Amino acid sequence: MRNTFSKYAAPLATASVLALALSACGGGSSSGGGGGGDAGSQNLDGRGPITYVQGKDNSNVVRPLVDKWNAAHPNEQVTFKEQSDQADQQHDDLVQHFQAQDANYDVVDVDVIWTAEFAAKGWLQPLKDKLSFDTSAMLPATVKTATYNGTLYAAPQTSDGGLLYYRKDLVPNPPKTWDEMMSMCSIAKQNNISCYAGQFAQYEGLTVNAAEAINTWGGKIVDDSGKAVVNSPESKAGLGKLVDAFKSGNIAQQAITYQEEQSRQAFENGQLLFLRNWPYVYNLAKTDGSSKVKDTFGIAPLPGKSGPGASSLGGHNVAMSVYSKHKATALDFMKFMTSAETEKFYATQGSLAPVLSNLYSDADLTAKLPYLPTLLTSIQNAVPRPVTPFYPAVTKAVEDNAYAALKGDKSVDQALSDMQSALQAAGAK
Amino acid sequence: MSTEVPARTQAKAASTSRHQMPGRESADRKQVTQGRWASVLLAPTLILLAVVIIYPVVNAIIMSFQKDAGLDTATGFFVQGGAAGFDNYAHWIAQQCNGVACPPGTLGSQFWGAMSTTFFFAIVTVALETVLGFWMAIIMARTFRGRSIVRAAVLVPWAIPTAVTAKLWFFIFAFEGIANKLFGQQILWTGSEWPARWAIIISDVWKTTPFMALLILAGLQLIPDEVYEAAKVDGASAWQRFTQITLPLVRPALMVAILFRMLDALRMFDLPYIMTQGGNNTTTLSILVVDQIRQGFNSAAALSTITFLVIFIVAFIFVRFLGANAVGAATSSGKK
Repeated sequence: MRNTFSKYAAPLATASVLALALSACGGGSSSGGGGGGDAGSQNLDGRGPITYVQGKDNSNVVRPLVDKWNAAHPNEQVTFKEQSDQADQQHDDLVQHFQAQDANYDVVDVDVIWTAEFAAKGWLQPLKDKLSFDTSAMLPATVKTATYNGTLYAAPQTSDGGLLYYRKDLVPNPPKTWDEMMSMCSIAKQNNISCYAGQFAQYEGLTVNAAEAINTWGGKIVDDSGKAVVNSPESKAGLGKLVDAFKSGNIAQQAITYQEEQSRQAFENGQLLFLRNWPYVYNLAKTDGSSKVKDTFGIAPLPGKSGPGASSLGGHNVAMSVYSKHKATALDFMKFMTSAETEKFYATQGSLAPVLSNLYSDADLTAKLPYLPTLLTSIQNAVPRPVTPFYPAVTKAVEDNAYAALKGDKSVDQALSDMQSALQAAGAK
Repeated sequence: MSTEVPARTQAKAASTSRHQMPGRESADRKQVTQGRWASVLLAPTLILLAVVIIYPVVNAIIMSFQKDAGLDTATGFFVQGGAAGFDNYAHWIAQQCNGVACPPGTLGSQFWGAMSTTFFFAIVTVALETVLGFWMAIIMARTFRGRSIVRAAVLVPWAIPTAVTAKLWFFIFAFEGIANKLFGQQILWTGSEWPARWAIIISDVWKTTPFMALLILAGLQLIPDEVYEAAKVDGASAWQRFTQITLPLVRPALMVAILFRMLDALRMFDLPYIMTQGGNNTTTLSILVVDQIRQGFNSAAALSTITFLVIFIVAFIFVRFLGANAVGAATSSGKK
């Protein structure tokens, strides 16, 4: 005989155990917030051993640099902590250690899009007064990614910008403007290939491409004070160009599924006349065994409204934790990691573009990375992706609505007005 | 099967108390010491469970009633949010973002969509997996040459990590991928809603049918051959043997298998996340939770609590009304 209690309790218990075991993913550790407090004014003169934190050092650039530093600074040794090679995991690892106020994460490598978030959380040491950092030799757009509310919170370390890859066998002179490029699409048609592609799948790459279109036509996603200002005639013109190209077939329908790699493959297979992509494609398209365009492609700055387009920026900044006990050493190490010599090593060893403008004309470097002069034009005209502490929500707002517009599910007007409301809901108001 | 165990235990308890009538006092003492021993021995397990399961869940529930840190526009720094009441829950369920309906392009606007997507995936994949798994189990239950090879081969998709499977199918369903080449189609599998959903369903069925098949196979092998022989003698057709013998007798194992798969499917994450990043209305509740964690922990805690409740209700319905007795089935088959 079972009583009513066990009649319900047994299934209830079983169900809850199953549900718990299967759904106990939890919500992460307790919320961030107020941040550093006084930590920002402490240990400014501290010297001693520090730790440098960065994602996986795949091309073996950081280790030799750290060894070099350690040989010269026996009392201020740097320990290199290597994170995973996944950007999301690196981000979460940094958040966890900052929340725990870990004094052992002295100097950290941050993606350009995380810098504002970490600064607003109060985790990054402002680089001013005693710890001021000279950025005058660096490309202005890269410095902008490291600046939040008028204060520098990090030092630009590496950069990246979009390039236009084109088939020089079919188009002897690359287009300077978007409209010129669209007028060349008849050549693609004659050769039975697609005209233009970028990255239009629903992911971060679409934010990059949509932001480029919007910025090139003079629009902005958020303004300097962090307010959403995307619903403007300029943005409409910019996003409209991409939408029109999809409608007219100048961007092939399958490009809606392209991320960096698929678009690169299409270009290397000879199926694309023009491709917007990052510099990494250059070496692969030249050397890949399967590349059919090895000797027939060229590079140019992104085409814009009347001159070069406004590329989005990639790259990383190096920053100091407010919880560090040895900030004087940390600052020296940051200077070392962004010095001309280090930047050169980054470029030759890791193919990472420098942030110092004079290196772009350095003979050694241009011999090794022939795309550098073109990339310089790109970065000189670049506009950073929105510098906002709400970046994950901002990119979501841009990406979802731009995607709907590109697919034709929404008019450009509707997409921009939804984007504006979503940005405001995200906190950019 | 579910009534069998308690009945047996009760009978045992009754018999022991009858036997020990005379020395009742010492028996009581013995029982008390035994009880104490039991709790001492169980303590480490309970403490471990408390630390790894109960603490995070309770903590998540507490967090879900706090506001996410907000930006103080004057200083540009984040400040702690304070108590939120049921705001975080209202944010999801009523899709309210700061007092207005969440505009498209926010996570809040995707809650009900994600809920129906999750259930759609769960119901369709589990239904397909049950039918295909049953069929595979029946084949594997037969004796034939190379049976062990077939059994091992069937397990391969299940043994591959889901993330790898997802990447594999991602390439298969690429525009220039094998799926389109093979059928001479030009479908944008990951570029529009229904193809994307079917791509995910196909991959999930491919991956988890073996799990289903093995659980059902275990159930099939518990059915004694004599039952079938008797039915044959009585002139039952193959179809009758299937519906009258196989189905009812395999039902407990089948229900447990469906329950497990259902709960598993309701928290589906890796396949859609890698194949479509949640694009084209393939965002499941778990994807929404992970995306929200990057935007604010407390709101994510509310969402994971909602997800937990949903899974709990489904599990309860299965256990209480459909008789999927996971624990009972395990113990009774253990005894046999």
